[in-house]
Amino acid sequence: METFLYPLAGGLLIGLTTAIYLLFTGKVVGISGILAQALFSKDRFLPLLFVIGLIVGGSAYGILVEPSQPFPEVRSPILLIISGLLVGYGTRLGSGCTSGHGVCGISRLSPRSLIATAIFMTTAIITVFITK
Amino acid sequence: MYALITFLTGLLFGLGLAVSEMTNPAVVLGFLDIFGDWNPSLIFVMGGAVAVGMIGYAIRNRRTKPWLADKWYVPTRRDIDKNLILGSAMFGIGWGLSGYCPGPGLTALTNNPAEGVYFIGALITGSAIFHFQNHRNNS
Repeated sequence: METFLYPLAGGLLIGLTTAIYLLFTGKVVGISGILAQALFSKDRFLPLLFVIGLIVGGSAYGILVEPSQPFPEVRSPILLIISGLLVGYGTRLGSGCTSGHGVCGISRLSPRSLIATAIFMTTAIITVFITK
Repeated sequence: MYALITFLTGLLFGLGLAVSEMTNPAVVLGFLDIFGDWNPSLIFVMGGAVAVGMIGYAIRNRRTKPWLADKWYVPTRRDIDKNLILGSAMFGIGWGLSGYCPGPGLTALTNNPAEGVYFIGALITGSAIFHFQNHRNNS
């Protein structure tokens, strides 16, 4: 039971974040898009602020939040680089990632996001099945 | 006020990733391993997030504009095109290789920098390749 409590609490917090951001700014919380704006747009101050907040908040892991299992041993740079390139290029080509399509898109029942989420969940599961 | 809300939502989002353990790729890979030793806990992350997110969109539908902006910036496209399918497929493969999607990858910069720097360096490179490719095509 307890194992589901933290994921549920974290999920509620993520949902609350998307609702607050939407109702105040009118925008969708999509991390891949916000990061791209922080890097490539002319108005990069606000997206950069969001990214910094996210990194600070995420650092609570291991400090405020006890990991239920250790991090994987540091893996090969080649694997991480291939993974990063695919995630970086794929999320721009597909207009979103786990947050923009997976959370915000499904919350508003967007057909594009439902399809995108079904596809990236499927290819991720197949990739884990093959590489494990 | 706008900047404060932006920073605080980023902070709360990061905290949500930490509390739900999305920040730990071992947990994420366990969730994606449905044919092996499956750890279903992240379903509750998605379920909780979408449940509250839906309330947010229900409130939005009763309002004409956001509190701090003049209009809504929510995507309106509904067409399923090749880029959506191909891009999402690529993203899923990348996610399944490392267990990092963009948010948790960013938090790895502090939680596990020996991995985070390679992943985020490559993510920014991939994103930049798309950006400059598109920039040239459009001009």
